[in-house]
Amino acid sequence: MSELPQRQTDIGPPHYSKFLPPVIKENYGKWKYHEILSAGVMVHVAESGAKIWSVRVASPRLVSTDFIRDICEIADKYCDGHLRFTTRHNVEFLVSDESKVEPLVNELKEKGYMIGGIGDRISNVVHTQGWVHCHSAATDASGLVKALMDELHEYFHTKELPAKVRLAVACCVNMCGAVHCSDIALVGVHKTPPRIEHDKVKNLCEIPSTVASCPTSAISPDPAKKSVKIKLEKCMYCGNCYSVCPAMPIADPKNDGVAIVVGGKVSNLRSNPMFSKLAVPWLPNNPPRWPEVVDAVKTILNAYIEGARKHERLGEWVERIGWEKFFKVTGLPFKMQHIDDFTFARETWRMAATFKW
Amino acid sequence: MSQKHETPLLDELEKGAFPSFVKEIKRAAEHSEYAQDLLGQLELSYKEKVTHWKHGGIVGVRGYGAGVIGRYSDVPDKFPGVAHFHTVRVNQPAGFFYTTDALREICDIWDKYGSRLTNMHGSTGDIILLGTKTENLEPVFAELSSRGWDLGGSGSAVRTPSCCVGPARCEWSCYDTLELTYQITQRFQDELHRPMFPYKFKFKMAGCAVDCIASIARADMSIIGTWKGNIQIDQEEVRNYAKNGMDIQAEIVDMCPTGCMSWDGNELKINDEDCNRCMHCIAKMTKALRQGEEKGATILLGSKAPIVTGALMSWVIVPFIKLEPPYEELFDLVERIWEFWDEHGKNRERVGELIERMGFPVFLKETGLEPHPAMVKEPRRDPFFFWSEEDIEK
Repeated sequence: MSELPQRQTDIGPPHYSKFLPPVIKENYGKWKYHEILSAGVMVHVAESGAKIWSVRVASPRLVSTDFIRDICEIADKYCDGHLRFTTRHNVEFLVSDESKVEPLVNELKEKGYMIGGIGDRISNVVHTQGWVHCHSAATDASGLVKALMDELHEYFHTKELPAKVRLAVACCVNMCGAVHCSDIALVGVHKTPPRIEHDKVKNLCEIPSTVASCPTSAISPDPAKKSVKIKLEKCMYCGNCYSVCPAMPIADPKNDGVAIVVGGKVSNLRSNPMFSKLAVPWLPNNPPRWPEVVDAVKTILNAYIEGARKHERLGEWVERIGWEKFFKVTGLPFKMQHIDDFTFARETWRMAATFKW
Repeated sequence: MSQKHETPLLDELEKGAFPSFVKEIKRAAEHSEYAQDLLGQLELSYKEKVTHWKHGGIVGVRGYGAGVIGRYSDVPDKFPGVAHFHTVRVNQPAGFFYTTDALREICDIWDKYGSRLTNMHGSTGDIILLGTKTENLEPVFAELSSRGWDLGGSGSAVRTPSCCVGPARCEWSCYDTLELTYQITQRFQDELHRPMFPYKFKFKMAGCAVDCIASIARADMSIIGTWKGNIQIDQEEVRNYAKNGMDIQAEIVDMCPTGCMSWDGNELKINDEDCNRCMHCIAKMTKALRQGEEKGATILLGSKAPIVTGALMSWVIVPFIKLEPPYEELFDLVERIWEFWDEHGKNRERVGELIERMGFPVFLKETGLEPHPAMVKEPRRDPFFFWSEEDIEK
């Protein structure tokens, strides 16, 4: 490989200013307001009167270099070679010339891109790697997103909701991505404890750190076997021990599944940021389309559309009507698993005599 | 090349309206053995309902302890193309802006050495180059770094900082999120590339309380733009919103969490002393309302996902800070926080969990921060508080 160029270290990323369109450079920090023109087009207007149009399209996030070359070709034609990605993995074409907006939209439609995701809609789904690339995944992520959005895509490109609905998918309880603060999120969960491969523990694992990794102190050393043992009744299947010790696999195809958590938000608009709370403790992994999971999400979304006031996020709607009513209007069964018995449990119990029948 | 493995389950996910990741893997597979065998292995996972990736493995590029995630198949005999399938994290430009030339440059390198598959972007913000062999890591790094690209963070290190679109294309950004992201990344290159902490440390820069980067939920340090001073009102534009069908009483005034607004059908009044700067009214009336003029940020600390003892959101440690280059006040604070974490943190303990364990007052004392009512929702309920030597009469 003698033809390789000279490597450099610790140079950091290129400075963003190299990539900004001229209209952004000229009006950096001097934007005055913006308007949403359609589900996938918005315009930002600067104090100078200059404008930039952003045209947003959906992306599966897992994309080939061919996909990137395709969007580059489009950006060359309409955006003088400028584009960006959003924090939720949408693609945004940045147009400085108003006359190019409509032709761009037309070409995107012709080529089958899904334009939308702006305003009170469902934007791209933040998600993790799943079976595509992760060792600790209890479910797939890309497949769940695809199955879900094939059913909900109208809320991306056309229909409006009472407020934004942020969907997210995490393939295990590590929750890479902000799943724990999303309006509706799916998370891969285990239902059974890890199995200990005693013959491998001594070569692959450090026993003290494996013992320390357990949040419920269910793991202790097993000196006779030069391994560890688990108090099964204490294990809550988080899989943290497996992250530390590869000889404790926890994946269980028959029992791994998907939980649904709802009502989280990160913005401070109106109400404070909120964690998502458990709506459905477990549904089966049923690839490729996870029909039980998709149905449950639709049930929750429809109840929200029916009941929420304008601008009310899902969590704000539930707080207003009460969780007891949430279970009533969605028809989701309330189970033992819904009652918290972990770190923040006490804060979640009802210390009042007021609730709805 | 023609498809090597049958994929009846995955083929189902080529159908439907939303863009398909299966189509993308198949496009890559036209030219890539990696993608061919990825399809095969993924189909097997769909059939068996279980992952076929083995636990990590330490691989990387010379001189770095971060930026590459080792990944090996547990069925390499069946799918030799993904026997090694390591991820390269490339530090994205702040704000996720690109020129097409820059993107093509990365694609060219990845077509030559990798799977032709990417995530644009990963959850933390990096450009994810998904899958290559161990022997290709050095060449990929040489090709990238000689063209001005560098790797991001992984493991117990500073993770690649990221930010919202900021002042580049948003009127609400109260500080320059892109420049601060760039400066933090440059300042802490060593901490980013050579893991030396008890666990990961994430920075996320949000220009305002809308928090489009979800900093409060998933950054150890969440820097959220805010302001002091009165919200600036253009009454004519307020009346235009009313004329165009907005119910200002119901949608704005009644939804204000502090009840600091009133509307008489002609004029909108705000009692700014009672405003908590949640951004609802400004976000709904972008043309009529603008933030107060003294801009800065609130610094919050400690958020993390639920592993292991439950999720945390970041909480206020500095109510207001002006953020302008060279950001020395902020960098000093970061160093003091890391010293505290370094001194007391256990292996795999995030800084938020450490503060919970040690106590917020201990953290404030050791990092030299003054207590402020903005740091708490309410004062303590119990009477069990500590005093120090100098508080005691002898």
